Amino acid sequence: MLLTHEDITAIWLSLKIALTATALALPFGFAVAWLFVFKTFRGKIVLEVLINLPLTLPPVVIGYFLLLLLGKNGWLGQLLQASGFPVIFTWKAAVIASATVGFPLLVRSIRLGMEAIDLQLIEASRSLGASWPDSLVTIILPLSLRGIIAGSSLMFARSLGEFGATIIVAGNIPGVTQTIPLAIYDYASSPSSGTMALSLCVVSVIISVAVLLLHELLGKQLDRRGLQ
Amino acid sequence: MKFHIDLQKQLGKFFVQVNAEVSGERIGIFGASGSGKSTLVHFISGLLQPDRGEIFLDEECLFSTRKGINISPENRRIAIVFQRPMLFPHLSVKTNLLYGYKRCHSENRRIKPEILIDLLKLQPLLKRGVENLSGGEKQRVALGRAILASPRLLLMDEPLSALDDTLRFQIIPYLMSVSEEFLIPYMFISHSLIEMQLMTEQVLVLNNGRLVQQTTPEGLARNSMAKSHNGYMNLLRLTCPVYQNGLFSYSWGENTLLVSDGQIHESALFELSSREIILFKKHPEAISARNLLQGNVMEMFNSDGRVGIVLSVHGEKLVAEIVQSAADELNITLGTSIFAAVKASSFRRLV
Repeated sequence: MLLTHEDITAIWLSLKIALTATALALPFGFAVAWLFVFKTFRGKIVLEVLINLPLTLPPVVIGYFLLLLLGKNGWLGQLLQASGFPVIFTWKAAVIASATVGFPLLVRSIRLGMEAIDLQLIEASRSLGASWPDSLVTIILPLSLRGIIAGSSLMFARSLGEFGATIIVAGNIPGVTQTIPLAIYDYASSPSSGTMALSLCVVSVIISVAVLLLHELLGKQLDRRGLQ
Repeated sequence: MKFHIDLQKQLGKFFVQVNAEVSGERIGIFGASGSGKSTLVHFISGLLQPDRGEIFLDEECLFSTRKGINISPENRRIAIVFQRPMLFPHLSVKTNLLYGYKRCHSENRRIKPEILIDLLKLQPLLKRGVENLSGGEKQRVALGRAILASPRLLLMDEPLSALDDTLRFQIIPYLMSVSEEFLIPYMFISHSLIEMQLMTEQVLVLNNGRLVQQTTPEGLARNSMAKSHNGYMNLLRLTCPVYQNGLFSYSWGENTLLVSDGQIHESALFELSSREIILFKKHPEAISARNLLQGNVMEMFNSDGRVGIVLSVHGEKLVAEIVQSAADELNITLGTSIFAAVKASSFRRLV
């Protein structure tokens, strides 16, 4: 397998972006899933549609919207620029793109986990003296772990493969914002670099298999804990 | 415990309106499914908020729309034992048991875990995961968990209805013993008459979201005699069993009863339906029933056309049920001496 220095940078960058996006999105994903499962409020359907929109929109469209928001003329972009924290065309923009695209997958998985929790378990904990934050940490969180693991794995995997939104907001700058899919795209565009593209494809497969294995192992671990 | 409740709530098409003033340590809430019993449990525990009204427990206001008070569930100190055990599946038996105990302020802790664990015979289960317990064990752990939170009121929301008959009557002594031992007043919610008779001293009867009657379990059993599938259930505590000729001979006060479904060396609680008792004005010459008891009529009551005859049999109470025409034919009046015949197989052992 042939990997250049730039390819290795792209692999590390992909892992860094996917990991950061997942870690950043996780608390928000948990909070949004909790809102959807346990709360009724005005505008819930609108929020559900908004959260799920990235699932149906082409990633390029999301990237374009993010560009409008974070770009030089976007209100958030101007704010970030003024505070000395430029985001556009940096790896942070790739994190935002990945987090936006993968967020609905994360929320859906956590939500499925939470929906499986019997409401009476939460009622029992409240009647035993647990305040709602206490109940959230000691009952809802551990019982949603399976959904959290599944959602994080999905989101991590989706972030690794993110292309459309990333190329628009982060560009394709080797060593700076070029991730595995962007590097493969570059190689595939040049007729003589087929082997290089294939090498990166193999790396992608290895990472994906590793993520899936880790997901299965953690699931098994949870099963064993439940049976103790 | 003194309890005052006056509240209303519209839940879709279902309207709940309950107004009751009750005091006692063992209160029953009785009603068919869908009558609003569990909704009432949710109001009292603070898990559901009424539209308007007030709830007072021992003069303390738990909820009042007028005064703008709504004490949160965790601060009411009202523990619930649900129909299903609702043990936390990710925690061990011991951690489940101590969940409420750890969250109870030290000045409110009245019960030592070791004493309760002994009483409920939970020691061998402590290190196990809750998924590996039997139905009865799970419900015992759920009961222990609620008691260890040192509640000032225990709500038992049909805690026996998910269990089969054998398990149910195995759990009842535990329910009774913990409330007696630790002096915790309780509200027992059920649609079972026999459970009301065993567990309560006062009963609130709900129907279609409204309080329709406030009575005693005895009054409830008498009222329901004609409609109930088994009539009035006599509950007899029988002692000193002796096995002879294929039957168990038990003492019932000064009387002796022959019972098929007995167990040697153990006193037990038996139920006997009022419909299993045949009354004779005079001593019958020969009879296949193994128990023939002589008693005096202490009281008579009417229940939807049926007549309940309350007999005193050497100081022990027995209720038989006959139709009005039989009562007329036997010419039964207060003080009449009557013979009651009961088959040995008519007794059903509960506990």
